[in-house]
Amino acid sequence: MKTLAELMAIKEATKQKMTVREDTGDDAIRVVVGMATCGIAAGARPVLNAFVDEVAKRNLKGVTVSQTGCIGMCQYEPIVEVIQPGKEKVTYVKMTADKVAKVVNDHIVNGNPVAEYTVNAVK
Amino acid sequence: MRELSLNILDIAQNSISAGAPLITIEVSENTTDHTLLIGIYDNGKGMSDDQVKSVIDPFFTTRTTRKVGMGIPLFKMAAEQTGGSLEIKSELGVGTEVKALFKTNSVDFTPLGDVASTIQMLITMNTDRDFVYKHSVDGKEFICDTRELKAILGDVPLDTYEVSQWLIEFIKENTEVLYK
Repeated sequence: MKTLAELMAIKEATKQKMTVREDTGDDAIRVVVGMATCGIAAGARPVLNAFVDEVAKRNLKGVTVSQTGCIGMCQYEPIVEVIQPGKEKVTYVKMTADKVAKVVNDHIVNGNPVAEYTVNAVK
Repeated sequence: MRELSLNILDIAQNSISAGAPLITIEVSENTTDHTLLIGIYDNGKGMSDDQVKSVIDPFFTTRTTRKVGMGIPLFKMAAEQTGGSLEIKSELGVGTEVKALFKTNSVDFTPLGDVASTIQMLITMNTDRDFVYKHSVDGKEFICDTRELKAILGDVPLDTYEVSQWLIEFIKENTEVLYK
């Protein structure tokens, strides 16, 4: 069973890997998941978890995953916005955990938004 | 909501918005009485008596972009449909307590679901706040306090991936044993 003693070991291991914390400055890509009542009820929790997992798995630097309130289109939740400096914001709608790998691979890593998942595809 | 753990995530967001530095989440189950108590307590900015009355109303919200707030009404409905109840106590400048009581043997009881995932998400997405998670079953109790975790971690942040993966297993395993 997991114990606090294990956490101490994780801390030591992580500290050695952590040189200077990665610079998530001006050129950082932000992934923002709507986590108000509407988003949560529509399944935003597994979507947010999937983004955190995928970003960690690929060891992507300069990508932050965070949460926000109601984005204002509750019928299209779970909604995810990908914000990259100098580029137009991309809004993904009706997201699922299964769609996350493609968004990370095509959009965040390779710079090609997944058009069929975006709000423009449903409107 | 498909799981009560999602209601917990939702209600705790109100505590975050209220600027609460410390949020306590209590889950307490009694298997002989078939009752489950879920409490979300914070030391945020609190509400006036009028606001407390109106948050029960689905057409009240502090948001200015839209005129509905469904969080508390949904949680209240989930409790009342089992024969339970919801209570809110709040004081301006002191904080808010939301307590819901469920009858677990009701056919309309929504399962608690993945509460470990809710707590992990609250902790890792709000590392500037502190959380106390207390889960008890028939008097056996597990407590996870981020102040304790932060003391161990020092300058390693709680949202480090390895730490967050440990955290969800830590919560999951320690709550599962309460039911054995």
